[in-house]
Amino acid sequence: MDGTGHGAENLKALTALDAGLVGCRHCTRVAPLGATICTRCGGALESRDRTSMQRVWAWWLVGLLFFIPANLYPMLITQTVGRASEATIVGGVIELAQHGAYGVAGIVFFASIIIPVGKFIAIGYLALIVRKPHGHKPKSLLHLFEVVEWIGRWSMIDVFVVAILVALVQFNLLATINPGIAAVCFALSVVFTMLSALSFDSRRIWDQIETIADE
Amino acid sequence: MEAGDDLVCCPVCDALHRVGEVDDDTRVRCIRCNTVIAVGRPEAILRIVVLASTALILMTIVVFYPFLELRNGIFTSKASVFQTVMSFSEGVMAPLSIAVAFFVIVLPVARLMALLWALFPLSIGAKPLRGARTMLRWAEILKPWAMAEIFMVGVAVALIKLADLATLSMGPAFWSFAAIVFITALKDTQMSKHSIWTALDTAQRT
Ligand SMILES: [Zn+2]
Ligand SMILES: [Zn+2]
Repeated sequence: MDGTGHGAENLKALTALDAGLVGCRHCTRVAPLGATICTRCGGALESRDRTSMQRVWAWWLVGLLFFIPANLYPMLITQTVGRASEATIVGGVIELAQHGAYGVAGIVFFASIIIPVGKFIAIGYLALIVRKPHGHKPKSLLHLFEVVEWIGRWSMIDVFVVAILVALVQFNLLATINPGIAAVCFALSVVFTMLSALSFDSRRIWDQIETIADE
Repeated sequence: MEAGDDLVCCPVCDALHRVGEVDDDTRVRCIRCNTVIAVGRPEAILRIVVLASTALILMTIVVFYPFLELRNGIFTSKASVFQTVMSFSEGVMAPLSIAVAFFVIVLPVARLMALLWALFPLSIGAKPLRGARTMLRWAEILKPWAMAEIFMVGVAVALIKLADLATLSMGPAFWSFAAIVFITALKDTQMSKHSIWTALDTAQRT
């Protein structure tokens, strides 16, 4: 076994659980099944996280609840000589596109709309699949999880942009920029969906992948 | 199977591997999910320590120097990372200010310090400090929450948003911050849980 690439032949493997062991997710050391604390790094051990799905759904739901006001309320409040204008997330993207900055508009749209929405769908989908697998391609399942885990933090871009704009333009007489309530909601939504993805026990997805490959 | 030192469990998919000595400049990947589980680089610890200390020194400089400068005829305003963090500090936005401070400054710095605490003694052949194991574990837990590189992209977006309002230029801190992001990414490619923990084990035993 050279370990290069993951073809279908590699979908089955002897897991720590099969061998009556529990592996530490922090330091990779194995311990006998039933041990609760890793002797090497002191991390908590659990062969398959039993409460994982409850936490995934709880964070997912809270994240979704904050995502709604994040899109309805203004992200930025700009005041230019007596005129005040408010921009929501989508409004900011449209404004960028009107300035001809299509590339940046694309990045912001992708980071603030596509990624969060896609992430809600992907986590929900994965959480349902783990419970009841039927006729899914194992490979696509695992790639989906890798992408969800990696990409979620990038949604934070818009919050940072707001912070930078506020810091820069604050003392300028031409315009004053203030953060809107949506910035807080959006930041919370990103944090909660990250927690939701992090609560996922990837080993359970692999258990399912193995089951599906068996069929 | 007995639980031995050479038995490695993939943290992602739970597959068991027997990993002995790893040849130099090779990576051992999980047979099932392709996660890198061991890196054969004897000098990896030293590299991580050097990169982490460089990033930490740059970080302390960067935080208070302006990274963006805005000029509009008679007005000039500069923003440092510290100011950016404080921009939400009034009223209801205060929690957001704290969160941004954590993501951009506190957590990246904490992570670098935890790594150095755990690995610096190893790089000079000394005994590990107390709590090295806890520090190393926390460095890994903090990883997704340190968002310096995302902040960088945010700077670029802000730059374009303000482009027609004023002239903008990037201060020295911007390039230092870019260097930190690059160094941190480079450092992370040197890391593999099994290799680092084995090194820590060996150092503790001698
Ligand atoms: Zn451990
Ligand atoms: Zn694996």
